[in-house]
Amino acid sequence: MTATSKTAESRVENAHEPFISITRRTSSTIGRSLVVRTVAVVIALIICAIITVVLTGENPINVFVSMFEANFGNLNLMMVSMQELAILLLVSLAVTPAFRMKFWNCGAEGQALFGGLAAALVMLLWGGKINDILLLAATLISSILAGVIWGVIPSVFKAHWNTNETLFTLMMNYVAMQLVKFFIKIAAKDGSSVVDPDMLRFSTESGEIFTSAQKFLIIAGFAVIVTIFSFIYLNYSKHGYEISVVGESENTAKYIGINVRKVIVRTMAISGGICGIVGFLLVTVSSRSINPDIVAGRGFTAIMVSWLAKFNPLIMILTSFLLVFLKIGAGNVAMNFRLSLSFSDILTGIILFFIIGCEFFLNYKVRFNFCRLGSQKKR
Amino acid sequence: MNTEIIENKNQKNSVLALELKNITKAFGTKVVANKNVSLDLRRGEILALLGENGSGKTTLMNMIAGIYHPDEGEIIVNGEPASINSPKDSFGYGIGMIHQHFKLVDLFTATENIVLGIKDGNGFNIKKSSERVAEIAGKYGFEIDPDRKIYTMSVSEKQTVEIIKVLYRGADILILDEPTAVLTPQEIEKLFNVLRRMRDDGKSIIIITHKMNEVLSLSDRVAVLRKGEHIATVNTAETNEFQLTEMMVGKKIVLNIERTEPHDTQKRLEIKNLEVVNGEGRHVLKNVSFDVFSGEILGIAGIAGSGQRELFEAIAGLQPINNGEVVFHNPKKDKPVSFFHKSYERVVELAKEGKFHYADGTHVDFSGMKHSEIKKLVEEEKVLFYEDEIIDLRDKTPLQIKELGIHLSFVPEDRLGMGLVGSMDITDNMMLRSYRKGHSVFVDRERPKKLAEEIINNLEVVTPGVGTPVRRLSGGNIQKVLVGREIAAAPKVLMAAYPVRGLDINSSYMIYNLLNEQKKKGVAVIFVGEDLDVLMALCDRIMVISSGKITGTLDGRTAVKEEIGRLMTQTEGVNEIDSNK
Repeated sequence: MTATSKTAESRVENAHEPFISITRRTSSTIGRSLVVRTVAVVIALIICAIITVVLTGENPINVFVSMFEANFGNLNLMMVSMQELAILLLVSLAVTPAFRMKFWNCGAEGQALFGGLAAALVMLLWGGKINDILLLAATLISSILAGVIWGVIPSVFKAHWNTNETLFTLMMNYVAMQLVKFFIKIAAKDGSSVVDPDMLRFSTESGEIFTSAQKFLIIAGFAVIVTIFSFIYLNYSKHGYEISVVGESENTAKYIGINVRKVIVRTMAISGGICGIVGFLLVTVSSRSINPDIVAGRGFTAIMVSWLAKFNPLIMILTSFLLVFLKIGAGNVAMNFRLSLSFSDILTGIILFFIIGCEFFLNYKVRFNFCRLGSQKKR
Repeated sequence: MNTEIIENKNQKNSVLALELKNITKAFGTKVVANKNVSLDLRRGEILALLGENGSGKTTLMNMIAGIYHPDEGEIIVNGEPASINSPKDSFGYGIGMIHQHFKLVDLFTATENIVLGIKDGNGFNIKKSSERVAEIAGKYGFEIDPDRKIYTMSVSEKQTVEIIKVLYRGADILILDEPTAVLTPQEIEKLFNVLRRMRDDGKSIIIITHKMNEVLSLSDRVAVLRKGEHIATVNTAETNEFQLTEMMVGKKIVLNIERTEPHDTQKRLEIKNLEVVNGEGRHVLKNVSFDVFSGEILGIAGIAGSGQRELFEAIAGLQPINNGEVVFHNPKKDKPVSFFHKSYERVVELAKEGKFHYADGTHVDFSGMKHSEIKKLVEEEKVLFYEDEIIDLRDKTPLQIKELGIHLSFVPEDRLGMGLVGSMDITDNMMLRSYRKGHSVFVDRERPKKLAEEIINNLEVVTPGVGTPVRRLSGGNIQKVLVGREIAAAPKVLMAAYPVRGLDINSSYMIYNLLNEQKKKGVAVIFVGEDLDVLMALCDRIMVISSGKITGTLDGRTAVKEEIGRLMTQTEGVNEIDSNK
């Protein structure tokens, strides 16, 4: 009985199995994933080199060196790229709690921008009129609150009426952007499209209170604190546990008595709050100015950072480094070799394609069924 | 067009529309869904396919519809061997299946859904198609507006669209998988009239159903399947309810499951006139009343989807109740009061109402006592309840039920979708029930880990370790983890829905033993099962549910299989049975 059923099964299997069979991997070791990723990066670099030679005739080694130099050429450059890394990391950390809950927050851009708007408003009103420490505290708190509001609005709609959070958060970005434009139109007297440092002042003569090294330290400090906080919050707190349960299965969450609506709103408040901090850092600390493009697409890059790191805050340090490195490096390549900016985009694109693409080989097993090919030929 | 069909009918009157020869289908090496099944379907007849859950009805029909491919055997359509490898092939032979779950695009109109995917070379002319839909509808007496969008339609109208979709493609053989499960009695009557008209037009129809009265009133012949095998096909006119039930449930098999006499039983749960209406506006529970006692196992028998899930979810606080009561009798008599589940104010309030006494029998009176004195008395467990607490669970959330100090454990049917989180490891799944304990903002993984290790040892869970995601475990081991966790909470009431579904013999017996142990400890156990032999060997009482109504309650020790089967398939005359008892 077992023998016959087995032969029947194998016969059926052969007849139905396609030439390429793709099956889900049930387990994957760290060693394996390291090998796959390294191979992916090496292949990506080789293809980048070939394309560079073919399209520009430049020595590909020089191109890579130029990329590296842009990030680590001297202390100043290093500080710039590290600061950039810190900001991107913060935005990525902001979207991560929501992502763990499978709430696809595509509105980090708007949440950070709205936080920045609040900071600019506070500075415009009170800058130079109150103690600088107080002013800093006031801008930070109002930025966080603004970010929370911008994050909570879509979550309330999602929790109560099951609206699509991706569209909702995305649209909120444009609303925030228009509000900033409106603010600039009113605040900037000369019709400029930016509110510049002359208008957002601290009480010192120059209007500034931080050196660029101090700015770097503040931003990096926030990044370190929030990274540690996120890691502990998501992995060891009761809230973090609830987020994971809601993300994996809403039915299970209800079954054990988790208030799903509350968790959704609370998590988005945290997400928005961290974005608000980013707004504060960009507007008050880093530039003392605001324009509609101040977040510069980091809200979207952050989605990639978070996904690549599988929502693990510590690994996000690496993935945000990767993206910042590529962006700054590619920009420098375009400038040094007098190439169009599109060329650096091509290089970045190729590298990202391979890094993201190799995930497929980590999650799936691909097997070629040569037997079938043989049997078809016989026919 | 019409004459063509009639000609066809005359021509092939003697030929069978469909013939299945020695069909066998196995899933993996263990589960044999169909074994050597031979069936035939005549032209212009309605054949009812009858059988318990898991008897292989749907699998068999899916092979005809091209969703599965038989391991062995032959399918013959109109006298010629057919090779069916996909639903498309199946359509090619004029076979159309209407599944239990509709496959329609919500935002499209009826006609758009019907013509979706058809390549007849006539181009796309929605107006013409609409006319043809209306023509088909008119011919068989369907009521439908071809231009209405699906999302505005009722379940019955959606089903109509599915049927017309199949007819539009020229199907002569229609298979309906439990079409009446989602319909109201009036809609069922309408559907049956349409089906009869289609039969008279020469179509051949197979209908899967569990409801005996429908089988008897609609079909020309009945084919009975049991445990994947074809038992017999009989003419409906020559059979009756009892004969069909007997064929369906088979002879009693004696199982070696221990069953102790219930002792010291007390009323634990009282369900009164429970009514539940689901999201689609259908009554899934109708006037359900019963009591559950501590120290006994109450079995619930019934065809799947008769309201068992809603009943459990209503008790657990997961399903809104439209009417009725769920009353819990908390065994607190002569037990100390604690602040764990009751606030200080509530304790004082209850004391005023005269609910407490001291160990020596004197009445508790807090009047004139200081706050700290009262607190001390309660904390030293000197204040005792006079009576059991009676608590209404209706409209309480699972969290509120838990906070009231009611230990209600629930092993849901959907293990990975509700009871457990598949991607989390065993420790984190243990935590689902207990993570709230304590005031810390952090979770304590130490105790859940110990519990996980205990369960792995005691219940012989096969796993690489406590850190393995439960999704990677086998079905039996997943179930052990779930049942183990629910029992570890020291429940007063344990509800288990299909706890042995898909489990091998050894794991099943382990689960039976666990339920028996709980019963001996004085837990009120409610067990929803599908294998009647198991229900009869394990349970002290067996309650039968059919279409959301309780059709009878039998003594587990004396119950007869045919009687249970009859109550399971009964949809009318509920009250007569109750009065007989």
